[in-house]
Amino acid sequence: MLNKYPLWKYLIVVFVLAIGLFYAAPNLYAPDPALQITGESSAQVIDDAILKRATDALEEAGIAHFGETIDPDGRNALVRLRDSEQQLTAQARVHRALGDGFIVALNLAETTPDWLSGLGGQPMKLGLDLSGGVHFKLEVDIDAATERRQEYYLNAVKRALREDRVRGFVSLDEQGNVVSQFRTEQLREQARAIIAENHPELYLDRVEEADTFRIVASMTEQTLREIAEYAVSQNLTTIRNRVNELGVSEPLVQRQGKNRIVVELPGIQDTAEAKRILGKVANLEFRLVANMDAPAADKQQFDYRSADRAGMSEWLERDVIITGEHVSNAAASFDQNGRPNVQISLDSEGGSLMSRATRHNVKRRMGVLFIERKYRTRYEMNEAGEEVAIQIPYDEKKLLTAPVIQSALGAQFQITGLDSPLESSELALMLRAGALAAPISFVEERTIGPSLGAENIRLGVKSVQYGLALVVLFMVVYYRVFGVFAVVALSFNLVMLVAMMSILGATLTLPGIAGIVLTVGMAVDANVLIFSRIREELNGGRSPQMAIHAGYDAALSTILDANITTLIVAVILYAVGTGPVKGFAVTLSVGILTSMFTAIIVTRAMVNLTYGGRKLKSLPIGGVNKA
Amino acid sequence: MKIINFMGQRKLAVVFSTVLLIAAIASLATRQLNWGLDFTGGTLVEVYYSDSANLNTIRDTLGQGGYEGAAVMSFGTEQDVLIRLPQGHSDKEGSALVSLLQDNYDGNVELRRIEFVGPQVGDELREQGGLAMLLALGLVMLYIAFRFQFKFAVGAVVALIHDVIITLGFFSITGMEFDLTVLAALLAVIGYSLNDTIVVSDRIRENFRKLRRSDPIEVINISLTETLGRTLVTSLTTLLVLLALALFGGEMINAFAIALIVGVGIGTYSSIYVAANTLIMMGVSKEDLIIPVKEGADQEDLTP
Repeated sequence: MLNKYPLWKYLIVVFVLAIGLFYAAPNLYAPDPALQITGESSAQVIDDAILKRATDALEEAGIAHFGETIDPDGRNALVRLRDSEQQLTAQARVHRALGDGFIVALNLAETTPDWLSGLGGQPMKLGLDLSGGVHFKLEVDIDAATERRQEYYLNAVKRALREDRVRGFVSLDEQGNVVSQFRTEQLREQARAIIAENHPELYLDRVEEADTFRIVASMTEQTLREIAEYAVSQNLTTIRNRVNELGVSEPLVQRQGKNRIVVELPGIQDTAEAKRILGKVANLEFRLVANMDAPAADKQQFDYRSADRAGMSEWLERDVIITGEHVSNAAASFDQNGRPNVQISLDSEGGSLMSRATRHNVKRRMGVLFIERKYRTRYEMNEAGEEVAIQIPYDEKKLLTAPVIQSALGAQFQITGLDSPLESSELALMLRAGALAAPISFVEERTIGPSLGAENIRLGVKSVQYGLALVVLFMVVYYRVFGVFAVVALSFNLVMLVAMMSILGATLTLPGIAGIVLTVGMAVDANVLIFSRIREELNGGRSPQMAIHAGYDAALSTILDANITTLIVAVILYAVGTGPVKGFAVTLSVGILTSMFTAIIVTRAMVNLTYGGRKLKSLPIGGVNKA
Repeated sequence: MKIINFMGQRKLAVVFSTVLLIAAIASLATRQLNWGLDFTGGTLVEVYYSDSANLNTIRDTLGQGGYEGAAVMSFGTEQDVLIRLPQGHSDKEGSALVSLLQDNYDGNVELRRIEFVGPQVGDELREQGGLAMLLALGLVMLYIAFRFQFKFAVGAVVALIHDVIITLGFFSITGMEFDLTVLAALLAVIGYSLNDTIVVSDRIRENFRKLRRSDPIEVINISLTETLGRTLVTSLTTLLVLLALALFGGEMINAFAIALIVGVGIGTYSSIYVAANTLIMMGVSKEDLIIPVKEGADQEDLTP
């Protein structure tokens, strides 16, 4: 029994540890407090002049700043500050100096050196409970979306029967099914064929009752699922767009479960402001492009929204054909010739309004306006002589597109003549964002102040330190030199854990720190198992080298069983849990995996390197009977 | 090494566990749990006063301001105050409340955090938590039945249920708040206690195969004695770090640490007395482990 690793095994251990150290390193560089400046519209380019206005404002207020950078594409600029206490004042000053049209957001700028970030090194993200910020949970009202669809089917069936002159009575029953009643069976069969042709997705059932012949048309599970899916994804898109407007540095908008959306905005304190923007109503208007000779009182001029057509505008008629609430879907697609287009679906009422308006206006153009509620800031003195910012709402209407009407339009039509798939998907996105989605409500809201976040970090680090110190002390006293091995492995375990979390881009939360602390306590378990086994073998009369070998061997299957079962629990926690529970599950499972490596392979390497291939009389592991 | 006669006290252990379980279940049935905001819904506001805060003044201020039924308590220090509004207040009232407090106080009132949880979230969370617990127990039982033997799986799961009920009972009796982090702690307790039980079961299996003796009680006593050192050391290191967490981790993590301390304590006891005891009650014997079970579960272990 020589207990020697071949050289390549040592090299692998050293290599893995070096990688761990490398990717854990970015966490050592504390981020700088910073301001991020972005233009409100995508057309706004941030140049040196704008940046100078910002830095001048800071200098005037005596706020120290450094390391200003502008993105290569001029989309945003970053100004680093010396003192995080001054971040809020700095934000107000710069916002004031630049005026509306710019978003000035609080940010934490990474200070990871280029040689680290060049190889993908990045620090762990901090959760809201550590960085401070706002957490919202929104619920999409799927019932309302379903009801709207039921109304749509009711109107669609009524219209289809009327057009084909099939006389009957159509209504919604309590379950929201479309029930059509007819006098004769023949009429019913006619109606059935019509409905089945127009709406193959509906499930049709024949019912006879009190000498009327009925068809009950109900939505299939599939359709209901699609409605729910659509309502949620549409809201997700809309909320993402609006969150971007808030100018938060790293926002999170995520779907959770069937009908929930989680929004996390680090650094934001003002929930009222955030809610106002999230709940903001965007809308669409479809209007005809005005004829050249139209009187001025009947037309209005609008600018294009996209950056490519900045400065261009069109005159539109004042009359609105339809608004966004009639738009039920918009999707980017391709025509038979592979050219990009956008498919638009309207509800039945929107469809008939559209067909009435376009029937006699073929070859004219139709403009689509995107309407956003925006806020203008005005500064006023209050009674106490302090300057306060007052937000005044106004509607901004910009032109998305103005295509030529090729033929009379109905409930389904497409916009063609788009330059690229990018343009079509952008247009579809804007149309969806402007359409009225299923209503949403706030079901959960958490605000964590920045001071609490900082304190949580401090307390978390402190408890990791104390916990580690206690374990180190105990292990060294109890297991002597082998205890030192275990402690070194434990420190590497922490490094590996941090490195893995950084590589995975996982978010560190307060329960996550608790998970790390728990890992520190539990990771030594593997070493305790091995060492007590070695002691047993020594007491059983084996030679030190034999005992080391047998100890590691016999403990391995126990360690695997124990860790795999704990991992099962951690994975379930991750799958089922939300928020804090998830954060805990992540560090716990990563910790289990890294601890298996460090506790088994790294300690073995150290033991082999120190004691391997030598004749030994005893091992400095403590607790062995001298008999 | 002297074999400790653990199983000699097994009748006593049954009585002890039964008493704890009855106390826990009785308390859970009558007092239930002091559900935290995560489960009940409502609004919670934490503020920091620049001087020590007078809770009675704050209560009066809130009462006059129309926030009846607000629970005001200090949170960790004299300056930190926690205010809990019952269900029924809207999600907008948190910040209004903070400005109300500031208007009635000369110093500075700093907002620490506001949490609003709607009623629909809480119920779902309770369901989800229960589901997670059952799922964890079920999967773990499957894994152990596959790796060991069915009787060991029953033993482990009985020990786990024992630990979870007693830890829940502890929270019910002390009236400590049961929030989402405590739920996470409870699931971690399942993981930890399982770890312990498996180490012991592993040794019992090994000894059943290795030792000539076939009296289950004797084999189990030997196995428990052999693993006792490890069980105690691991529990000790874990308790040490948990102690650090409970003392220095701050208020938000305190209940989590306490839940784990109780759970780890009970888990250590249960892996010795509950899991092994269940094995004996189910009549575990050498034959259970020597003959490969029909599912072929232990085959890879027979040819080391």
